[in-house]
Parts: sequence; C-alpha cells; structure tokens
Amino acid sequence: MDTVTTFDPDILIEEQGYDDHFHDHHHGDKYQSNFITHYVFSQDHKIIAKQFLITGMFWAIIGAGMSIIFRLQLGFPEESLAWLQPLLGKWIAINEAGIGTLDPQFYYALVTMHGTILVFFVLTAGLSGTFSNLLIPLQIGARDMASPLLNMLSYWFFFLAGVVMFSSLFLSTGPFSGGWTAYPPLSILPQASSGSAAGMTLWTVSLILFVVSVLLGGINYITTVLNLRTKGMTMWRMPLTIWAFFVTAIIGLLSFPVLASAFFLVIFDRELGTSFFLSDIYIGGEALDRVGGSPVLYQHLFWFLGHPEVYIIILPAMGLVSEVLSVHARKPIFGYKAMVYSILAIAFLSFIVWAHHMFMSGVNPFISNIFVIFTLIIAVPSAVKVFNWITTLYGGNIRFTSAMLFAIGFVSMFISGGLTGIFLGNSAIDIQMHDTYFVVAHFHIVMGIAAFFGMFAGIYNWFPKMYGRFMNETLGKIHFWGTFIGAYAIFWPMHYIGMAGVPRRYYSFETFDAFSHFDATNKFITVAAIVVFGLQLLFVVNFFYSIWKGKRMTTRNPWGATTLEWTTPIDTGHGNWPGKIPVVHRWAYDYGKDGREFYPQILPVSEDESETH
Amino acid sequence: MDVAVSNQQTRNKIHPHKFALWVACASITMMFMAWTSAYVVRQAAGNWLEFRLPNIFFINTALLLFSSVTLHASYIFFKREKESLYKGLLLVSFLLGITFLVLQYIGWQDLTNIGVELTGNPAGSFVYVFSGFHGLHICGGLAAIFVAIVHAFALKFKVTAKRKLRFELTLTIWHYLDFLWLYIITFIVLQS
Ligand code: HEM
Ligand SMILES: [Cu+2]
Repeated sequence: MDTVTTFDPDILIEEQGYDDHFHDHHHGDKYQSNFITHYVFSQDHKIIAKQFLITGMFWAIIGAGMSIIFRLQLGFPEESLAWLQPLLGKWIAINEAGIGTLDPQFYYALVTMHGTILVFFVLTAGLSGTFSNLLIPLQIGARDMASPLLNMLSYWFFFLAGVVMFSSLFLSTGPFSGGWTAYPPLSILPQASSGSAAGMTLWTVSLILFVVSVLLGGINYITTVLNLRTKGMTMWRMPLTIWAFFVTAIIGLLSFPVLASAFFLVIFDRELGTSFFLSDIYIGGEALDRVGGSPVLYQHLFWFLGHPEVYIIILPAMGLVSEVLSVHARKPIFGYKAMVYSILAIAFLSFIVWAHHMFMSGVNPFISNIFVIFTLIIAVPSAVKVFNWITTLYGGNIRFTSAMLFAIGFVSMFISGGLTGIFLGNSAIDIQMHDTYFVVAHFHIVMGIAAFFGMFAGIYNWFPKMYGRFMNETLGKIHFWGTFIGAYAIFWPMHYIGMAGVPRRYYSFETFDAFSHFDATNKFITVAAIVVFGLQLLFVVNFFYSIWKGKRMTTRNPWGATTLEWTTPIDTGHGNWPGKIPVVHRWAYDYGKDGREFYPQILPVSEDESETH
Repeated sequence: MDVAVSNQQTRNKIHPHKFALWVACASITMMFMAWTSAYVVRQAAGNWLEFRLPNIFFINTALLLFSSVTLHASYIFFKREKESLYKGLLLVSFLLGITFLVLQYIGWQDLTNIGVELTGNPAGSFVYVFSGFHGLHICGGLAAIFVAIVHAFALKFKVTAKRKLRFELTLTIWHYLDFLWLYIITFIVLQS
C-alpha cells in the first residue's frame, strides 16, 4: 500500500530504470546552451511543442477575427463598417453618406482565409503539432524524437508557410478567395477573380510548404513511436493519446502527398499552360482555348486528402479527451482495446468515403451509393468511442477541472455534430443540404468546436507540464461555460437556416425574399460569435498570465496520473529524465483498482495485485 | 545530435533513421500513385491522345538500373575495404545519374518533336509531370550521392558503423528512385 502513496519516482527509476548512458555523452551540458539554440532553433521536442502551440494561437486569433468581420456583414448588412477602415483599408468602401461597406471580393477572401487557417494552421499544426511533440517522447519514455533535426525543420516549414500566407493578406489584389477547397477553375484562372491572381500563387506555395512540414513531423512521430518506446512499453500499454497521434501521423503521411500532387497540377495549369483541370470555359463571353481537363478530377484528389484531413484534426483531440476523461474520472478508460480498434477503423474508412463531398458534383449516382454506405459505416466506430467515453464517466469519481469540462464538452459536441453527418451522408438528403448552412453547422460542431475543445482540454491538463505552473481555474471555467453555450448558440440555429435552403458562401441575402425572415437569426448568431470570440481572448490572457504568474506546481504529478510524463522533474530538462529512463510495468489505465487510487506505469506489479495489463 | 537514437538501438533490428527513410519513401509513393490514379480516371473520360513513348526513355531506364548496380557494388567494396573501387564506382554512379537527367531532357525534346507537348492533351502532360517530378527527386538522390563522395574523398578511409549507415541510407534512396521510375514507366506502357 505504502509504495503507492509514498513512492518516489526518482528512486523507483534509479532502481528499476534502464541505463542508456545518455548523460555520459554530456549532451546536456553543451546542448542548446545559448538563447538562439534554446528558444528559437531548438531541437528539443518540448520547446518545439510550445512553438507550435503559440504559433497556432496566433493564427487562431487571426482566423477567428476574420470570421467576426464576415459575421458582421452577415448579421448587420445595413450597418456601416467604416470603423474598420483603418484595419482593412481599401476593402472598406465609404460612400458620400459616410456608410462603409465591405468589398464583396474581400468577403470571399476572408471566408477562404478563415477556413484555410483554421483547418491547416490551427487544428492541424497547432493541435497535432503541439501535442504529438510534447507527449510522444514523454509518454513513451524516450529522450526526444527519432530525429530532432527533422523535427525542428518541421516547425520552421510551418512557420515559413505562415509567413507566405500572412504576406498574401497584404496583396493589392487580396488573398485567395475561392474557398478553402480551392476548386478549379477559380483557383487556376487568374482572370477569374482578383484573389485568383497573386493571392492564389502565394496560397499554393504556402500550402506546399505546409505539406512538407506535416510530412517531416509525421515521419518523426511514426518512427519515434515504433522505435523509441522504453522497455516494457508495448503497443498495448500505450496511452490512447499516443495511439491517436500515431495513427494520425500515418493518415497524414498517406493523404497529404495526394494533396500536394493536386496542388502541383494546379500550379502546372496556372503557370505552364497545361489543362489538367480545365475544359470548356467561357470568360467574358469568350471561349478559353484550354480544353481536355476535368475539374472533378481535382475534387477527387482534393477530397482524398480532405476527408482524412478531418480525422487528422479530430483523432488527436479524441486521444487527448480519452486520457483526460480517464484521469479526471479516476477510472480506467472503458474498452481500451475497442478504442484502439475504432481509431484504426476510422483511419481505414476515412480513405474510402471522400466522394461524399461530391454527391452534387455530377459523379455517377451508383458510385455515390457505395460512398453512402462506407460513410454511414464510419458512424459505427464513432459510436463505439462515444459509448466508451460516456461509460468511462459513469460512476466515476469526477473532478470537474477545466480540462475535464472541456473533455466532456467535446463528447457533447462530437455527438451533436456526428448525428448531422448521418443526414449528410445520405446522398438523397444531401441534394437539399449540400452547400447550405446545414453543412456549415455540421462541420463546425463536429470538427471545429470539438477539436478546439480537445485542444483546450489538452492545454489545461498539460499546461503544468509545459510551464511548471497552473492556469487559473476560475477563468478556465468561465471560458468553458461561455464557449460551450456560445458555440451551440452560434451553430445550432444554422441547422434551421440550412434546412430552409440558405446557401453558404453568400455575401448577402438582402435580394432574396425567401431568406429575409432569417435576419434576426443571423443577428443572433453574430452576437453570439462576438461573445465567444471575446471569451477566447480571455483564455489567451489566462494562458500568458499563467506562464509567468500562475500558481506554481509543487508536486510532480498534480492530477495523479499514471503516465510517464509526470515522473519527470517539474522543470524537465533536455533528455527528459535526469538519470536513467523509466521502465514500464503496466498499462496506462490502472485507476481505482484494489482500493488504490492509481498505479503509475513505472510501478512494478506486486504479487497480491489483481489482474493488470 | 542523435540524442534519442542512442538509447535503444540495441533492441531494434532497424535503425530509426533508416525506418524514417522508408516512411518518407512511402509518402513519395503516395504522391505518384495519386498522379497515376488521376491518369487512369482522366483516361477513362475519353478524348485521350495515343502515342508511343520515345525509345530513349527505355534506354534511360536501363541506364538508371545500371547506376543502382554500380552504387550497390561501391557499397560492397566499401564494406570489403577496397578503397579505390569504392570511390571509383561512387563517382561512376554519380555520373550515370547526371547522364540520366540529361537523357530525360532529350526524351522531352523527342516527345515535343512527335507533337506531344506539355500544354497539349493531358495524356502527354502527364508524362512530363511524371518524369519531371521523378527528375526532381533524382536531383535529391544525386545530392545524397554527392555528399557521400565528399565524405569518401575528404575523410580518411575507415569502415565505421556510422559511415556504413550513411551509405546504406544513400543506397536506399537511390534504389527507391530506381524502383519509382520502373513503376512509372511500366505504368505508362501498360496503360497505353
Ligand atoms: C458520422 C460521421 C460523419 C459523416 C457521416 C459525415 C458526413 C459528411 C458529409 C456527407 C459531408 C458533405 C456535405 C456536403 O457538402 O453536402 C460532410 C461535410 C463535412 N464534414 Fe462530415 N461527416 C462525419 C463526421 C465528420 C467529422 C468527424 C468531421 C471532422 C472532424 C467532419 C468534417 C466535415 C467537414 C469539414 C465538412 C465540410 C467540408 C466543406 O465542404 O468545406 N465530418 N460530412
Ligand atoms: Cu468527409
């Protein structure tokens, strides 16, 4: 009994650990000794994780800020936006009466940038980049990633992608405006719209750099998980976080190159005059002489990444949530193996459902039927996961920390958004729903909000590991309840607007009588969006305040978690463990067993213990 | 700098860097598979130009395969500590690689001469895309061989585990690019 309550991880690791002679090489002494190599061009996975996180936060503020601007246009089309002119310059036109209106072209640019930034920069790099980097080495008992150098490059390619995208915001022709999916011909013909000129060139360059970043990161994550697990850390003992990051990296590695292949062909069509995606196009009444291509081909290539991409976003969040739910419910995760198998099933299925985004693109309806079936089958592993999360909570000794609240919120969001996926997955219903606000509601709840909740759960939970201090819990709870209620307030009404047929990506509905009675709804949504945005700024304040002024961490393992990251010193140095590396004796979910609260993974199994994994 | 690597090599048959390289190859393969799938889909849609690939591409295939053989031989001589053969064959492989690129370029000219242009029917454009991007990857492979050459001539000859690993990585890259080209050319031949 006493070994559990009073055990000292240092002594345990010294006795039981594995000596890799890491510190004999004196890496620790000369490694990253100056400011530049320590904080800027760092090769330490923990610093790189923070770089990903803070860069992601920067982009989240920009991306969400853009949505506030276009929501103002949708909610209050008749109000003057002249006050935004100092920020947006010529994109706000002011008439004689002093009324400022948002340039429609720029509205589309904002929507496009919002989508691109949130999907790729925030929820891919900011989420998976941050937590894969932070947790993979720490939770599997490795000194660092397999290749710290590639890891560093992964961040800097992301950074470069960001610089290119950011600079496109300042072009006189504006950033790309053809939607985050960049369908041709809008994305190929510079004369199609002003954003399709230089804006699209920079967009493509930026995203190709981004793909390189994802691939470098993914190669590392996969190699590290497979090759650098410490003794005793079998695959079936890995925390679900690691399973999620691992499978996410595999999906990314198989699908992002396909996206790159599509972008390269777009570049060929744009710059070299080929016609992969162009055919029968009239511009200004004149036929274009580029024929023989197929725009639907682009859609196939894009969605072959595009659908797996949504799981690249959600799986890491699922992993974080599984871990947080288990730790704060003081119970083992229910159905650990079922969780792993459903991650694998989702990953596999995610590659064979892409055409559900193309039901309305003129693909053969018989082919659509096959995709309907596969799409609906995804609901099965998804439901397994939801069931297991809820069962984990059932009868748990729940601690309602901010991290836990966000994890529970995630489950709620995933259910609400997943259900509407089943509507959309039926190609017949999709005829009505496609390209309406119903789709916007679906993917924002199931992916946007849910993934953000997973990320928040992760940040509140592992903040002490990152900075040695806690975030403020009161602010955290205000953040949670405000965001939870606010997010539903934003997206729930969109289902109704969408069912009534209101199309997405429209600058204004003023000329459509059929949609005029949604004015009040649109106002309501916009107000909710502004409130929620404000709450995220509160989170940002809490985050940075806590880095320097938060409550100090006094014990290593504040949440009483079993996993290895909490056996490292509070101020975790390079190489993660000061002496030997820990050896693992059990799975990650020995909570509430034999009347004990938890058994850390480094604790040897004793004779009188009931069964363990 | 291989901090993480040092700890458990002994427990794994494959070195993490080599494993990482295989993973990278898998993702490059995905990119080319995407293009070949696009080719199939586009071809099925009709309006497709039929033409025969100029002979030079086949000759070049043999040349690339031969460069793999010379590089592999160089590696074997390296292990057997036959210094001059090792260095010589390394240089030969490098030159063969350069020749391959030049001949591919001439192949493009032959294509243009029979009326298959980059900007024409996608059937032709695809061939340029395949060979062009393969060529870019060959440049990367040549860079790796170039580094190997610099090491071979600048460092004192000695067979160490680290240098063996480095050579094996280079060799893997080059064999892989060979295989990639074989896939491409077989694909084009079978599809037309
Ligand atoms: C039960 C599982 C799900 C089903 C059956 C499903 C089905 C669908 C369908 C059929 C569409 C296309 C609607 C249209 O454009 O007309 C769609 C759109 C979308 N879904 Fe889902 N979905 C599911 C889960 C998810 C998850 C988990 C995510 C993300 C984490 C997600 C993200 C998206 C996104 C981003 C779009 C819109 C893309 C765009 O057009 O811009 N979905 N979903
Ligand atoms: Cu999808």
